[in-house]
Amino acid sequence: MENIAINEEISINSESKPGEVMLDIQSLKKVYPTPKGDYVVLENLDLQVKKEEFISIIGHSGCGKSTLLTMIAGLNPISGGQILLDEKPITSPGPDRGVVFQSPSLFPWMTALENVLLGVEQVFPQGTKEQRIDICKYYLDKVGLGDSFHKKASDLSQGMQQRVGIARAFALKPKILLLDEPFGMLDSLTRAELQDVLLEVWNQENITAIMITHDVDESIFLADRVIMMTSGPYAKVGDILSIPLERPRDRRSVLEHPDYYSYREYLINFLEH
Amino acid sequence: MKTIAIKVLTFTGMRWGVPFIKLFSGEEAKTQLKEIGQTVGIPLAAIVTFLFLWSVTASQIETSLGAVPGPIQVAEQAKSLWIEHVEERAKADAFYERQEIRNAAKLAKNPAATVKIIDYTGKPTYWDQIITSLKTVFMGFVIASLIALPIGVLCGLSKNAMQAMSPIIQVFKPVSPLAWLPIVTMIVSAVYVTNDGFFEKSFIISAITVSLCSLWATLINTSLGVSSVNKDYINVARVLQLSPMKKTFKIVLPATLPLIFTGLRISLGVGWMVLIAAEMLAQNPGLGKFVWDEFQNGSSNSLARIMVAVFTVGIIGFFLDRIMVALQKAVSFDKGAVVA
Repeated sequence: MENIAINEEISINSESKPGEVMLDIQSLKKVYPTPKGDYVVLENLDLQVKKEEFISIIGHSGCGKSTLLTMIAGLNPISGGQILLDEKPITSPGPDRGVVFQSPSLFPWMTALENVLLGVEQVFPQGTKEQRIDICKYYLDKVGLGDSFHKKASDLSQGMQQRVGIARAFALKPKILLLDEPFGMLDSLTRAELQDVLLEVWNQENITAIMITHDVDESIFLADRVIMMTSGPYAKVGDILSIPLERPRDRRSVLEHPDYYSYREYLINFLEH
Repeated sequence: MKTIAIKVLTFTGMRWGVPFIKLFSGEEAKTQLKEIGQTVGIPLAAIVTFLFLWSVTASQIETSLGAVPGPIQVAEQAKSLWIEHVEERAKADAFYERQEIRNAAKLAKNPAATVKIIDYTGKPTYWDQIITSLKTVFMGFVIASLIALPIGVLCGLSKNAMQAMSPIIQVFKPVSPLAWLPIVTMIVSAVYVTNDGFFEKSFIISAITVSLCSLWATLINTSLGVSSVNKDYINVARVLQLSPMKKTFKIVLPATLPLIFTGLRISLGVGWMVLIAAEMLAQNPGLGKFVWDEFQNGSSNSLARIMVAVFTVGIIGFFLDRIMVALQKAVSFDKGAVVA
């Protein structure tokens, strides 16, 4: 319980309240110059994400989903339009946007704890070392790694590594969580496990989240709204499907929900056309 | 004990020793013998064939110093070099003993007398020359690393630094030690004028020549390693807004260590290889000078003695490489990636 108190202490004092717009993407454009002329990946992309909302973005590979996410992360320059996070335009990467990459991207020479600690040190410099370590342990425990604090990242399985990646992102207490196909490289059993872990931590933290995926079931299970992107070039938001299923969700009740297959059909229909 | 021994052998890339240990500790003999046959038997057969061909062809070639020595003559010379070393040591010990007795006697007669302690001035033995060579190559290696590592990191971090250094690296990399040596000799002679210095001039000249030839491998590998750090790691560093210092020391350098050590390993190998040439011309009292002196000496034993030096250089080079492999494995996060 002591850990939770610490977390409340460092939570970012965001002015926006649930339901208000946390992320505002306005006529976003991304152009990659090529020898044969400019290649327009995204154009006129508009999207609003509300505070504490979970959004998944689905689309064909190569449509620019990941490009969109890296632009929100600030890792990829914007060619036109703008992205406002909490009413401030994004210009560079920063720890207010926690990113979970497709490959776990842990530093293999560090332990699980050290990997998480590296970020916590950056966002919580005013705390004591013990406090920072407690935060790391709290989140590692949450993702089910309570007994692996001091294991080298290179000794963890792919699934375990991605758990650390999730803990690292949540431990930053970001305004928004960006997940770039985080389970794309995992086998389906591990993938389901990690979806549950992610949803469980997210339910408690209530951080606005955007997740890129190409898995229809995953997008329905996790998200409040599924954003369907048109195929590139000139990709934009093609359609949006609301998933008003009750939270907290568990896999079984979602799968057995009478509307589940109509959501699924709707999404597949979009992707096939 | 057994597991430690196996670990050490694996760590230094000498896996062929493992079945021996397993055999002696009583593991099933059949599989171990089979493995020994494969890992030791075949190379051993190759060595025996080599020695046979050597001894057959060597005796056919008549030089001005007599027939080219075969393996037996070389082994005899190796033994005689060792005996010479032992005798020389005995002589030196006897010299110091005599000197001590003489000084003690002098002091007994007149306690105020000044006693002189004279160094033994016998010629360096083969063993001394090996030690000198090792010291020289180590000195050259340290100088090379001190120059190459920071520049390599800089080149890897900054494209401009790489652009600036690239032509210099390309031009100087292929230059032979024999070309550097006269230049180094002249410069060291001009700059390092005091002769009472800590180091012999010839030692410094050889060491610097070694560094000039060996630093390139470390430099290139370090810059390559730094510039090719996994893009995801860099993105994580950007998201976390790590300071440049923290990014370099916590992420870039640990990620680059395997390649840095690959570079250092090549550097040490190159350094040891060019050392003989450098010592030959600089007259640094190491293995190079030994080879040169024997060549000039032109006795009937000279060729065999030079061949002893060849084998010495090869075997020491092999062990230096093993040491670097062990170091590389010790610091690398990805143990499997180290190629023995």
